[in-house]
Amino acid sequence: MQIKPILAAMRRHKAGTILIGFQIALTLAIVCNALFIIHERMTRVSRPSGVNEKNLFVITNDWVGNLSDPQTAAQIRADLDALRQLGSVEDATAMNSFPLHGSGWDNYIRMKPDQIHMTTDSSIYMSDDHTLDTLGVKLVAGRNFTPNEIQALPIQQMTSWPVIIVSKDLAKLLFPKGDALGKQIYVTNNYTSSTIIGISDTLQSHMMDNDSNAYAYNAVLVPMRELGTGYVQYLVRARPGQLEAAMRDAPKALVAQSRMRIFEARDGVMTFAQVRAKAYERDYGMAILMGIVSVVLLAITAAGIVGLTSFWVGQRRRQIGVRRALGATQRDILSYFMTENMLIGLGGIVVGTLLALGINLWMVTHYGVAHLSGSYLLVAAIALLVLGQGAVFAPALRAARVPPIEVTRTV
Amino acid sequence: MLTYYFQLGLRSLKRNPMLTALMVMAIGFGVAASMITYSVFRAVSGDPIPDKSEQLFVPQVDSWGPQYNEKGEPPGGLNYVDAMALMKAHQASRMTLIYQVMLSALPHDANSVPVPTQGLATTADFFTMFNVPFLYGTGWNPTEDDNRAADIVLTKEFNQRMFGGANSVGKSITLSGHDYRIVGVTQHWDPAPRFYDVWGESGFDDPPDFYLLLNRALDLKVDNAGRNSCRGTLSYNGWDEFLQSNCVWLMPWVELDTASDVARYRRFLESYSTDQQRVGRFGWTPNVRLPDVMKWLDVQHVVPPESRISLIVAMCFFVICLVNTIGLLLAKFLRRAGEIGVRRALGATRHEIYAQYLVEAAAVGLAGGVLGLLLTIAGMSGVGLLFEPDIARLAHVDMSLIGLTFAVAIFATVAAAFYPAWRAAQVQPAWQLKSN
Repeated sequence: MQIKPILAAMRRHKAGTILIGFQIALTLAIVCNALFIIHERMTRVSRPSGVNEKNLFVITNDWVGNLSDPQTAAQIRADLDALRQLGSVEDATAMNSFPLHGSGWDNYIRMKPDQIHMTTDSSIYMSDDHTLDTLGVKLVAGRNFTPNEIQALPIQQMTSWPVIIVSKDLAKLLFPKGDALGKQIYVTNNYTSSTIIGISDTLQSHMMDNDSNAYAYNAVLVPMRELGTGYVQYLVRARPGQLEAAMRDAPKALVAQSRMRIFEARDGVMTFAQVRAKAYERDYGMAILMGIVSVVLLAITAAGIVGLTSFWVGQRRRQIGVRRALGATQRDILSYFMTENMLIGLGGIVVGTLLALGINLWMVTHYGVAHLSGSYLLVAAIALLVLGQGAVFAPALRAARVPPIEVTRTV
Repeated sequence: MLTYYFQLGLRSLKRNPMLTALMVMAIGFGVAASMITYSVFRAVSGDPIPDKSEQLFVPQVDSWGPQYNEKGEPPGGLNYVDAMALMKAHQASRMTLIYQVMLSALPHDANSVPVPTQGLATTADFFTMFNVPFLYGTGWNPTEDDNRAADIVLTKEFNQRMFGGANSVGKSITLSGHDYRIVGVTQHWDPAPRFYDVWGESGFDDPPDFYLLLNRALDLKVDNAGRNSCRGTLSYNGWDEFLQSNCVWLMPWVELDTASDVARYRRFLESYSTDQQRVGRFGWTPNVRLPDVMKWLDVQHVVPPESRISLIVAMCFFVICLVNTIGLLLAKFLRRAGEIGVRRALGATRHEIYAQYLVEAAAVGLAGGVLGLLLTIAGMSGVGLLFEPDIARLAHVDMSLIGLTFAVAIFATVAAAFYPAWRAAQVQPAWQLKSN
């Protein structure tokens, strides 16, 4: 196929050519950034929490009335016993926060008491001896807490946490040589040290904001039950296949213990799957929006190509007739329009690539997204070329079917 | 003549239905995407208190110093010591302090189980500074702050739950075992974002149920249920030591009416910090800020980045739809080159041709606006898919959004038609007539 005559013909309808090229360029720029955002969000969403999320649910229990601290501690103990005795429940624990929760307690971690700047930041999970089993997180080294190590008191009265369990990732960060077990680190604000007695398998932090990505797998389990907050969160592991039964039984069992409590109708009792969905709500939302935008955009661009090419074919029926009369085959005419579209598409892709990189650069500086990888550009560029060829095919075929006799007719 | 052109335009819409449908759809989708994302953006980025947003300021004092502060910025709240010092100084025409509390209440109709309720502990100026509308009674008198009275203001919604909506002013209410005297019931009042309490909060979650007199709450040692941020050693034990600690948890607001008041107050904050440096409380030079409402919302990143990104993406989408429309209008207009030639030969000026095709484009825009409006209304129910319920509920269709939808659709289409219409007006009558 000769390209020169096509270029010459394009010069005759510059405006249409530029418009289609420009549209392809813009579509490329938006679609590959949209795909990239989808990818980024989906990568975030598919991070493991470390928790065995199946069969796990959370009860947020607000206390009513004025329970004293010892009363609250006794009630929590009684509640947990009652929960664990249920036939549908495997284990239960009380925590201040948990992975994917979004809010909770994080502390700066120091290696020495007089260290001014933190070594890193980490979630502090106030846990008990049932926490690891309930979450379904294994110990990879050391031991679990024992029941008598668990203190129950308001955070203001806490003097020290003598023993702690840290997540595998935090242990590796603090002690790259792998000798974290038995070491002392400083996780409290009051310069008292804590001995690492256990290292857990992967455990995600409660922090969900993008600023905390660097600390996403730092977690410290401290043997403590926090009082004086007016509420407590129970994490309950149901026996396999009995999640529904357990979620029905557990609140009843708690109310049987004492009526002075409230489970909020909206989020008082949530499966861990719901916790996950809520944690990543905005990420799913963005991915869906970008998906819709990409699909509709591609459809509109394809429709635009069909529309303009149809117009050109209509405009050039006589010329096509002349070419056919002079011996051009149907295939020649078809490939003329296909090549023309390919050339415009390539031009659009060159401009679009620059635009895409520009938009990405702007988002990198303003929204802290990562740099666009070349594979997205390549995929989006190929997709657009294929789309263009597909869109132009029908009008091109119509052009190819113009009979040579057309040349003899006047419109 | 314009109405005639408009009729021609409508007729021409019917002539190539495929091309017309394509254009109307492109405009419709583009406008709808922009309007849906804009309605969310408008809701989260709007000025929550337009009458006073330029007179309300957050006084920020760096009580942590360069070692602990937030990348050089002072903390978003005040500790008890600084908060009380600023209150006593009376350097602003009005000032208030806020912190969140959680108390339990026994509802009007319940069989016995108390419910948790959330409220704000605050001072008398809160109601006057923020123009809180009242249904019954008023806020308490500023002198009551000094009397440390057990006064409380309920919201309309909470009053409904507790007293079935009756005028409860003068009655007493028991919250977490303590009695409070109701002095007022507010109208429904829930600015979005809840600018006065966005430090550590999204600004869009559930509104408070009541407003409690701050000094009374402090006397009863009612715990802060909102954000509390501490630095260094947490060595405090008990309530009184907590009050003296470096923990910041009180949200301050001042009202300053003129630019010179603002400058004077800024100087006051600096001199206060210098004094604290002199007495040895602060080991660093003054570091103060005094943002107004909109600046404060900006600093606190109240607008979710997703809202901004989706608006930008939707507008890019609309631009592409318009480029598409330019191409299609060009095709549509030039297909009628022969017709234009005849009209021109019969004496129509270029100007008239130009006007005719712009009006025809406006007809396309109108049709696109109708489709766009339908899609916008349909899409509003889908906003819940993109944003959490607290934010999604703020997006709604109102008259101004409907008006904007049509205005944008028509204006954008006419703008897109400038070039195609100009090309149509350039058609040479002789050339067209000859080739026919």
